[in-house]
Amino acid sequence: MSTGNKIWAYRRENNRVGIRNYVAILPVDDISNAACEGVAAHIQGTTALPHAYGRLQFGADLDLHFRTIIGIGANPNVAACVVIGIEPGWTKRVVDGIAATGKPTAGFSIENNGDIATIAAASRKAKEFVHHATGLLRGECDLSELWIAAKCGESDTTTGLASCPTVGNMYDKLIPTGIYGCFAETSELTGAEHLAAARAATPAVGEKFMRMWQAYQEEVIEAHKTSDLSDSQPTKGNIAGGLTTIEEKALGNLEKIGKQVKFIDALAPAEAPARGPGLYFMDTSSAAAECNTLQAAAGYVLHIFPTGQGNVIGNPIMPVIKVTGNPRTARLMSEHIDLDVSGIIRREMTISAAGDQLINLVIQTANGRFTAAEALGHREFVMTKLYRSA
Amino acid sequence: MSVPQLLVHEKSDNVGVVVVEELASGSDMLCVVTSDNTDFRMSCREAVPIGHKIALTDLKEGDTVVKYGQDIGRIVKAVGKGEHVHTQNLKTKRW
Repeated sequence: MSTGNKIWAYRRENNRVGIRNYVAILPVDDISNAACEGVAAHIQGTTALPHAYGRLQFGADLDLHFRTIIGIGANPNVAACVVIGIEPGWTKRVVDGIAATGKPTAGFSIENNGDIATIAAASRKAKEFVHHATGLLRGECDLSELWIAAKCGESDTTTGLASCPTVGNMYDKLIPTGIYGCFAETSELTGAEHLAAARAATPAVGEKFMRMWQAYQEEVIEAHKTSDLSDSQPTKGNIAGGLTTIEEKALGNLEKIGKQVKFIDALAPAEAPARGPGLYFMDTSSAAAECNTLQAAAGYVLHIFPTGQGNVIGNPIMPVIKVTGNPRTARLMSEHIDLDVSGIIRREMTISAAGDQLINLVIQTANGRFTAAEALGHREFVMTKLYRSA
Repeated sequence: MSVPQLLVHEKSDNVGVVVVEELASGSDMLCVVTSDNTDFRMSCREAVPIGHKIALTDLKEGDTVVKYGQDIGRIVKAVGKGEHVHTQNLKTKRW
């Protein structure tokens, strides 16, 4: 289905639509960061994506590492990708995963070569990829082809009154046209989990969601908490903003899935949605950089981030749009805020009008307009680690 | 409609949220219930920052605090109508 709203974007080899055009220089592991940064310093128009992990992981944690790295390279906002790892085996696994999209991808490994020779060889390939990417033209695509994720941060009570309902209104309007949506933050639905489960499209999906939520309670929170999480969930910033309990925070959080849409699957971290257009839940931490990285790895090309007290998060390959309903944050942190919907709490603006403003901003951002986080250079890229390495 | 000082999500809620900066103790507040757009007036009994909650009724220890029409925790120290509800008197039931 079409919204009738056109965007100018990049249609990739696999028919997915990207709104940015990165040449990514992607390390398989932490010790390949320096080589990737060397290439990116040398070849203009490339983006290195350094991160902290990738050695001696095993089992589900290693699966998640590969899914995340490959998903980031495969994201339609990436036009082409150079992969560098310490050794050729895992490097090839990542290259093959990304190349399955059809995009230009090449791998280099450091052992028996050293950083300098690796940087030289990878730089030549990266330069080729830059010519390829910068030769691509944006083409006419439909707004309904976008994959748009959401997650809120440094929430306060205005988040549940204004900014999250604005995102929910956008989803209520755009999901029926054919976009893919995503909400997440498993622990942060605590107190609203029964309402979230009731928004599943089928009882089986609701049960799948509840199993993920229960597992997080038992395996993460109950297994590791010391007294309670009252200084961490809600955060100090949440508490300063007036949120008192996790239940209150969760109820505000859930406002961002709107009033009507149902979610059609509950995804593992970084799992690509595979049941067609619609809203998805993803099992993630509530920490912003971890959650956003997992959503980008699942293939989402744009992110909407409601904030109350002013979280400044960005992502290196996925534009992040900040929405606030707090007039003080809009005033004191104006350089971080893309859309001020504080008119809602003054009763000067309806939630539907705010949703329409957000959709307009989505179109502008899809067409290439920078978000505040892009202009300010926020590139937080954080892998989720499930347990200690071997 | 004039600008409200306090917003309440649902009719069944027993707390509301201050939505103006510099709300002084003793202020007369226009309070709006967002789910049905009805309004009422009450006064606050202390200065409460923007985003923080005010009790709409007297709450005693053990009472459940209701916001969004849902349970958001229990009162651990009595709080009077018009007073600030936060970590000093409200605690999660979850952890």
